[in-house]
Amino acid sequence: MTSGVPAGQRPGAGRPADAAPQPPRLELQHITKSFGGVHVLEDVNFRLETGEVVGLLGDNGAGKSTLIKIITGVHQPDEGQILFDGQPMEALTVQKARALGVETVYQERALAEQLPLWRNIFMGRAISGPLGFLRVGEMRRITADLMGESMGFTSAALTPNTSVTGLSGGERQGLAIVRALHFQADIIILDEPTMGLSLKETEKLLIFVEGIRAANKSAVFIDHNIFHVYSVADRIVVLDRGRVAGEFPTSRYSLEELMNIMREVAASGAYTEAERYRSPAPPAPPPGPMVEGEPGGIGA
Amino acid sequence: MSSTTSTATRTVTPRRAALSAFTGAWASQIGITVAFLVLWLAFLVFAPRTFLDTPIYLSFAQTTPYFALIAMPLTMVIIAGDIDLSFPATMALGMVGFVTVWQATGSVELGVAATLAVGALAGLFNGLVITFIGIPSLVVTIGTLFLFRGLTLVLVGGRSFPLVATQGAPVYDLLVGKFLGIPMEFFWLLLFTAATWLLLNRHRLGQNGYVVGDNRLAANLMGIPIRWTRITLFVLVGVAAAFAGLLNSLQVVNFYPTMGDGYLLPALAAVFIGGTSVFGGRGTVYGTFLGAFMMGGITAGIVAAGLTDYYTNFVYGAVILISVSIHALLRRRFEY
Repeated sequence: MTSGVPAGQRPGAGRPADAAPQPPRLELQHITKSFGGVHVLEDVNFRLETGEVVGLLGDNGAGKSTLIKIITGVHQPDEGQILFDGQPMEALTVQKARALGVETVYQERALAEQLPLWRNIFMGRAISGPLGFLRVGEMRRITADLMGESMGFTSAALTPNTSVTGLSGGERQGLAIVRALHFQADIIILDEPTMGLSLKETEKLLIFVEGIRAANKSAVFIDHNIFHVYSVADRIVVLDRGRVAGEFPTSRYSLEELMNIMREVAASGAYTEAERYRSPAPPAPPPGPMVEGEPGGIGA
Repeated sequence: MSSTTSTATRTVTPRRAALSAFTGAWASQIGITVAFLVLWLAFLVFAPRTFLDTPIYLSFAQTTPYFALIAMPLTMVIIAGDIDLSFPATMALGMVGFVTVWQATGSVELGVAATLAVGALAGLFNGLVITFIGIPSLVVTIGTLFLFRGLTLVLVGGRSFPLVATQGAPVYDLLVGKFLGIPMEFFWLLLFTAATWLLLNRHRLGQNGYVVGDNRLAANLMGIPIRWTRITLFVLVGVAAAFAGLLNSLQVVNFYPTMGDGYLLPALAAVFIGGTSVFGGRGTVYGTFLGAFMMGGITAGIVAAGLTDYYTNFVYGAVILISVSIHALLRRRFEY
């Protein structure tokens, strides 16, 4: 996907603490969400800095995907607020979140199988003229360019008109990632991106996540697999039953320590047990003009 | 860039792959074209006198559009994963609007506008109930099939209305006259076909409809206006149904409140013969167009071939089953 950055050289992670105060690129404050009386998220605080990769870990039902859907505007929180660059956003929708630079790689769940690649790339944001008529030629051309440059599709059997049905798992993943990256996103959310991928494809994906950081963009990486998350994340946030059970900078915790913590959280629901690992709350964002994030190009 | 690493994952030879990709993309259209030609050849062989002469085709050009017009937006509704069974009743309900306004104002043109407006409202009603109350379209439109028909019968008290007086109006000839000896119904069908093709393949509405029908979860995650896409498609079917009912009534110069009853199955069959998937996400305007003329030609073909009318339903059934089987087999061979 991108030229990888050497491990250990993480631009966002190494930001000195005394740098000019800058609100986080994305911040969730006291988010609560329930569905039909069941609290899925309770008083969740979450932040994402520019150039930072945050891993989101948690069991099934911990609230990971709900949290993601709140960030991407699919769901609206019952309580709490969402801030982009310190600026609160009311009634976030998918379209609004996208305009703010949020893109999500939902893996193949968000691909339309029977439709051609170009319709998948431009799903929900087709290029069209004033009357809503599509610029099909332009979309096909962009798709063909992306396939060659970013997805590495070189087979003669694959054209912008090919349907997704014929793609392998890795190719589908590539399609989903390129779709997220083509549109100038700088907050990239990867929802279980390694699911169903071969070893080699997983490796490629992890290199790609490194590339997000190298381009000074931010990412949230959700996965069951702590090994994958640990290898790329600057900080790991553990969710348990709708609450944040703890935050763990990967620079301060070894993989082994983290696994033990995870085991504790999962086995005993030891939310209080993990509490002692919780890092201090981030300082409140200072009032002042909103700081625009880097517009930036495509990381691919 | 990692383009070199993934090249090896695909081992099909380029030529074979390109051929397969081409056939796969066009399998559905090729299948329906072959089925259409086979049926036509059969009629040519068994009834050469009829099918080598023009009158039968002029007759098809007039009668097929009555349901083919509706089958066009219906194709889009089915691609978006819904269905509409209420259009036969909308055909008559629209005419209630026509008769009311025409009798009140004496203007055929205003009557036409009223017809289309009533059709749009009927479609809007379907769409709102389906998307806001959240009932499957199959169920809702079975309900509104009865509701709209019942409303029509109640409003006109079961009477029929002669429309002879509309024949003087210029718009009458525009709607159901003849151009170069060809019934205007056929030109209206061509217009609807072209418009539907554009909306489906070259417009946001079709793009969103395809996604909604293929993967509604994806549509939701990607911020597609699912509700308004579905509602708009139902409105289009309503308008097309009211327009088809208008053409039919003006052609026979009479409006009777049970008009449209026979068109439910031919229109649906045309869509499915054409290769549109009942599960949504897949379908073509071209397929529906040929499918409609296959449906429209069977009765005449059977009679002309010297078979008794008793064979009609049997042949309809056979044509439908064979056509959809061809689609299913082609799909398995080329696309999976």
